[in-house]
Amino acid sequence: MADFDVDETYDMGVVRGFALSALIWGIVGMAVGLLIALQLAWPELNAGPYFHFGRLRPVHTNVVIFGFTLGVVFAGSYYAVQRLCRRRLPSDFLARLHLWLWNATLVVAGITLVLGHTSSKEYAELEWPLDIAVVVMWVIYGVNFFGTIARRRERGLYAALWFFGATIITIAMLYIFNNLERPVSLWKSYSIYAGVHDANIQWWYGHNAVGFVLTTPILGLMYYFLPRQAERPIYSHRLSIVHFWSLIFVYIWAGPHHLLFSPLPDWTQSLGTAFSIMLLLPSWGGMLNGLLTLRGAWSRVATDPVLKMFVVGLTFYGMSTFEGPMMSIKTVNALSHFTNWTIAHVHAGALGWVALTCFATLYYLVPRLWHTQMWSQRLVETHFWVATLGIVLYVTPMWISGVTQGLMWRAVNPDGSLTYTFADSVAAIRVYDVIRAGGGAVFLSGALLMLWNVSMTIRQGSAAIPAGGVAPVAAAGGR
Amino acid sequence: MAFERHRRLEANAVLLSLLTFGAVAVGGLVLLIPPYFLTGTIEPVAGVTPYSPLELEGRDIYIREGCNVCHSQEVRPFKTETDRYGAYSLAGEGVYDRPFLWGSRRTGPDLARVGGKYPPSWHWLHFHNPRDVEPRSNMPAFAFLAATELDLSETVHKLEVLRSLGHPYSDADVAGAVTSARAQMAEIAGKLRAGGIALSPVEEHCETLAVIAYLETLGRALRSEPPARVALQGGAP
Repeated sequence: MADFDVDETYDMGVVRGFALSALIWGIVGMAVGLLIALQLAWPELNAGPYFHFGRLRPVHTNVVIFGFTLGVVFAGSYYAVQRLCRRRLPSDFLARLHLWLWNATLVVAGITLVLGHTSSKEYAELEWPLDIAVVVMWVIYGVNFFGTIARRRERGLYAALWFFGATIITIAMLYIFNNLERPVSLWKSYSIYAGVHDANIQWWYGHNAVGFVLTTPILGLMYYFLPRQAERPIYSHRLSIVHFWSLIFVYIWAGPHHLLFSPLPDWTQSLGTAFSIMLLLPSWGGMLNGLLTLRGAWSRVATDPVLKMFVVGLTFYGMSTFEGPMMSIKTVNALSHFTNWTIAHVHAGALGWVALTCFATLYYLVPRLWHTQMWSQRLVETHFWVATLGIVLYVTPMWISGVTQGLMWRAVNPDGSLTYTFADSVAAIRVYDVIRAGGGAVFLSGALLMLWNVSMTIRQGSAAIPAGGVAPVAAAGGR
Repeated sequence: MAFERHRRLEANAVLLSLLTFGAVAVGGLVLLIPPYFLTGTIEPVAGVTPYSPLELEGRDIYIREGCNVCHSQEVRPFKTETDRYGAYSLAGEGVYDRPFLWGSRRTGPDLARVGGKYPPSWHWLHFHNPRDVEPRSNMPAFAFLAATELDLSETVHKLEVLRSLGHPYSDADVAGAVTSARAQMAEIAGKLRAGGIALSPVEEHCETLAVIAYLETLGRALRSEPPARVALQGGAP
């Protein structure tokens, strides 16, 4: 860790930087998530102006999405693009600038959100100076990524790179258009869109932040690191082609499913529903391509916790992408919208698919980046089981809670009057909030085990690297 | 064979990127552009007016504290929702809402029709500690708003910015923004005192008053409509 430029061929220093930062941001973001989960059950835990649920919830979402997930995506895509193109990143300076600008933006984002500087639009809460910083950071990422591709020594581009490339292009488009706003002062602005138009563009962005931050780049990670970990080629190149193009085309249309029964025009809502249902097929194409890659290698899954994380991650991906289209059907959405069912759905995807795939990617990267083996393989196995238990403990009560809310809000007495007050529904779901916080704590403890394991791995790896030289791979024995 | 041609595409990074952009641009163009031009996207709602300076400051505090994280402002057209909250939301209500605040989660109840539902003194006590008026509430206490003097230094500029975006504020509205905000604050403070709340000198000019002013506007345009079935059934709010 002391020497960031140990690898002569590729820029692995920046990959190390992103991998470590991502892990730390992940723990910060999950810890804030745990705190706000506890605040829902025990409102006394809300503190003063700065640390109450309303201000902390965006801190949680921004840090886990743009800190943890994107950090792993940056690390994984920089690792993959250099190898797949057999080229070093075009500029070490730009790579470092990307790393530090991203970390600095996250720090300032956390501080300003706690201070109440927010645009209020979900996953786009950052105020305009930070929006500019994000765009600059993203352009640098694009220059590094596409610059490597432009100077590549391989002719063809492997599927993983299509997914990373689509992420860079689409997020740039979404982020810029959703955040167009007129500044009032340094930390206050008004959206250039009003009312229904603002809602329309926000959920075009918001849904596709899920699509192009939490899906396509994670598929990119899966396409590169799962075959490497399994030591088998991807199951079907044709399936990659079909599901890549259909996924990115269809995803963009699905945003209005966040606005069903709202004042948004009916035709827009119907298009959103139709494309959301269609989205099932390309999503499952990706899941199947991943799972079938393990044909004939299932015996290895039994002994390899990293493969286990990939497999369970893909399974959660398949489940969430079945649940999502179902929740986009108006009849189901009438019950599920505004309830904890949405929270359950998001976390099945975010913890099950995204976080497990990110953990697996980091477990693949860390020993290779520090030229050693994981300090403890048994701790990796423990982390897998702890994380899976945490997800189940989180998602199950939120499902029950969401359906409970939906049913209580629509329950009527024989005379047609409402059966329950809103406060009745708040009281009824409290027990599930408590269990969910427990699930979150279990999941967080798994990430802490990982931090410990990674720290020990880095210590043992750094010791094995001769000063200024390239360490022999796997020289140090793991436990 | 199509898949063989795709091999050639995989070797052409520029074309691959352009086609990717094309694939993701289509959906956005179809969903986002026509609503600006199709008549009927926004049905005009009589009585929708721009926010007064104090209401605007209150709305910005509502945003700052993330109230929209837990409270929706979007009543769906179901009988159970209109019974519980009031008339369902119309697109025309939001023409002065930058940003929109429909929300995505009801940790607390919808607020689109909360204006006029409770007296200002109820809001005052509720902000101080929600559990004083509803023991089962899990809302954070916002007592600190009452201890914070409302900052009116940006108000004039805020109105100017909104006017540049098309909100019909007159020159007099902009120039008199601070005076108007102070007057409306005094009016709400008067209602609070009438409701039995003793206000300290700081509380006479505190942020809570602005938030109450904003909450009182919610549903204002549709209040003239008959209350329909709600009163008949006496359903719980």
